Amino acid sequence: MRESAVHAEKCENLLEIQDLHVQYNTDDAVVHALNGFSLTVNRGQKIGLVGETGAGKTTCALSILRLLPDKVGQITSGSITYDGEDLLHAPTAYMLSLRGTKVSMIFQDPMTSLNPIITVGDQILEVLDLHYPDMSKEEKEKRVDEILSLVGIPPSRKNEFPHQFSGGMKQRIVIAMALIAEPELLLADEPTTALDVTIQAQILELMKELKSKFNTAVVLITHDLGVVAEFCDDVAVVYAGEVIESGSVEAVFAREKNHPYTEGLFNCLPDLSSTAPRLIPIPGFMADPTNLPEGCSFADRCPYCRSICRSEKPQMHVWGGHGIKCHLFGQKEVE
Amino acid sequence: MSKRNAKSTAPHERSAWGLILFRFQKNKLAMLGVVILAAMALVILLAPLYVSYDRVSALDVLNKFVTPCKEFPFGTDELGRDLFARVIYGGRISLFGGIATIVIAFSIGCIIGGAAGYFGGKVDTVLMRMIDMLMAIPSALLAMAIITALGNGIWKLIIALAISEIPRFARVVRASILTLRNQEYVEAAKCYGSSSLQIIMRHILPNGIGPIIVSATLMLGQTIISISSMGFLGLGVESPTPEWGTIISENKINIRYYPHLGLIPGACIMLAVMAVNFIGDGLRDAFDPRTKN
Repeated sequence: MRESAVHAEKCENLLEIQDLHVQYNTDDAVVHALNGFSLTVNRGQKIGLVGETGAGKTTCALSILRLLPDKVGQITSGSITYDGEDLLHAPTAYMLSLRGTKVSMIFQDPMTSLNPIITVGDQILEVLDLHYPDMSKEEKEKRVDEILSLVGIPPSRKNEFPHQFSGGMKQRIVIAMALIAEPELLLADEPTTALDVTIQAQILELMKELKSKFNTAVVLITHDLGVVAEFCDDVAVVYAGEVIESGSVEAVFAREKNHPYTEGLFNCLPDLSSTAPRLIPIPGFMADPTNLPEGCSFADRCPYCRSICRSEKPQMHVWGGHGIKCHLFGQKEVE
Repeated sequence: MSKRNAKSTAPHERSAWGLILFRFQKNKLAMLGVVILAAMALVILLAPLYVSYDRVSALDVLNKFVTPCKEFPFGTDELGRDLFARVIYGGRISLFGGIATIVIAFSIGCIIGGAAGYFGGKVDTVLMRMIDMLMAIPSALLAMAIITALGNGIWKLIIALAISEIPRFARVVRASILTLRNQEYVEAAKCYGSSSLQIIMRHILPNGIGPIIVSATLMLGQTIISISSMGFLGLGVESPTPEWGTIISENKINIRYYPHLGLIPGACIMLAVMAVNFIGDGLRDAFDPRTKN
């Protein structure tokens, strides 16, 4: 179903999410945030998770770290395996040592993800304090200086507070915090959304550079197809808590075979070369996650919707490295 | 540019608390408050060295209504008691009773508000509904009711006032923990592998303690007034035990002819409250890292 959806020829799998179901139990209703979400990340791979707001991208990242909101967020079924370790049943102590050293996360808004009353140097140092209690103070300071110069912040400014930095610089500091313990996997949750375009390009360039230096696998969560094309090797399109299309950036962006939703996303991009006066938006809204349809969750908005789409969940159909979850493809298997 | 200049004058190696202290020291009004309060505390604490406690209640009817002079710096009241001794020893109750009240209310309020904010859910509901019940009664009235029930006495007064102030502390603490718990940097700290205890100690408390300390300081001023008001009404501290409010109450009939009997203890109350409020305002500014200078 999912196996060859991403490049299998690379080294072993670092992270494997299989058929993950996550729901949020709120007072009014049960929100089905992830519905059979599957994803494989290899060592050193840069994979983009694309989808609109509420599709479950961030929920996926939080599930990996087991940081879903207490009492509300609940993983109902599925598995997350990291480097052979079952994360859903791992003891809390293991999770604490995993966060920061093996898997790090960068948040969307650099303005609020730094503690306003601790100097940036101390905040970066704290990550080392947590994970390397035996390291000497000088060694830690040295590593903080190194990582700061690496992300382009003069180490002399490490005694300043977050409010003394601009947004782009704060995001660099956040990246420095995420990378100081040299994690194997970086979950970047819309790291450039809050930044303007020029800074966005700088940050992506920086992340590319750092990625090649540390060989960190990156899961880039975004709603911006341009960012994916620019940064990622592979892409997974998320809709209503499922990966509906995945493959290499070349295969998906070739636009030969696409899920109708991905097609819709492409149609929403302004095309500078065409003279078409308007973009073509996808009609309607995303399926209500409290009340998901029986069949394909995209059926209501799909221009190619047929009767089978209403009654049956589509399977993932795979050609080489490119997989699409839609009844339009591979009719033979379904009928 | 101005930031750079400020940076070069401020020493580079400074902890967060060092910076708060640095900013506090630069606030002249706050420092004035510290000096006034420290001076008052010193004078009151060292009282036994220069005035005997016996003079507080020693009657000397022949020397009643003496205006301030060398022997009686603050004069005497209608029973010939030395007002200076009474005001100085009265400060022990007015000032340190206020501090004791705040310490008790602060500790209990922190525990209740902290538990409600951090655990949420049912704990929050139960604790906060109890607090709401206390809040429904005006605090002065509540304190009066408690003293009436417990009877007069300094410690009973302190307990009564502390109980009436717990709700405000609990609410302030709960509110600051609730807002901080969902901050993105707390979430980020979790992602770097901090445990709950580390998050509370390093991210939630230091960020939340500022407003709590500020409201504690400002409430100290109110408590000093409350103690004096209670004393004035004859609740808590009974004559002949001196207390600033009680002293004013004792002399209220004679204030028209001998105004210093009311003015001196009144000025003490005012000075203490003012000093405390200056310190509170100074702390509030110092805790905010975005404050200029």
